[in-house]
Amino acid sequence: MSDSTVKLHYDIDAEDFTTAGEASSGVKKTLTRLGVNPELIKRISIAMYEAEINAVIHANGGFADVEITPEMVKVVISDNGPGIPCVEDAMKPGWSTASNLVREMGFGAGMGLPNMKRYTDEMCVESEVGVGTKITLIVYLNR
Amino acid sequence: MTVKEVAEKLGFSILTGDGEREITGFYACDLLSWVISHAKNGDMWVTVMNNINILAVASLVDVACIVIPEGVEIYDNLAERANEKGITILATELSAADAVIKTHDLINGNI
Repeated sequence: MSDSTVKLHYDIDAEDFTTAGEASSGVKKTLTRLGVNPELIKRISIAMYEAEINAVIHANGGFADVEITPEMVKVVISDNGPGIPCVEDAMKPGWSTASNLVREMGFGAGMGLPNMKRYTDEMCVESEVGVGTKITLIVYLNR
Repeated sequence: MTVKEVAEKLGFSILTGDGEREITGFYACDLLSWVISHAKNGDMWVTVMNNINILAVASLVDVACIVIPEGVEIYDNLAERANEKGITILATELSAADAVIKTHDLINGNI
């Protein structure tokens, strides 16, 4: 992998879920091209996919900014959605506010934020009710 | 054993993809977040979910194929996108449990 930093930006479109996962798939392809360890690619792609899906489900879409350096992959997913009233609750496995429609599509199991934590080295959730949510996910490449 | 060989021997329909991947394990679940955190690369993944999001999950986990059981139909846009992404989808009238058991038995030489 070269020493340069790669920066990627994606708009996360909320259009009936059909494009959800495009950003994480794009990052996966870029990391594969850069020769990153497949296990690390899987971890960051899964965490990013969960964050992307959350932005679609809860916030009508948002943005993904990705920074890839020789040391780490940092993903920031931000939205202007309703915010998370209690992050501590949202981090509990199985805790979900998803609608029945979302559940019928196979989401809403309350595994999103726990999966993000499980698959990353660092995770930070910043959220304000009525303003939006910003989730930062970091996976280190040389540990 | 490849996906295509399994499909031919058990009468599963190949709806999309070329079926050239080797099946190295099995996973059956419909909760997508559960699948992406527990299924493994090379698994045959069985799910009744037939919406477009199963393709992102299949691609992230890098499963060998998706099997849609119980005669559940898939729609044209799903088939089109699966072909674009090179993801093999099989269909069978069997239940999820029977699809896994029969494929497992076939691969292990028990039928």
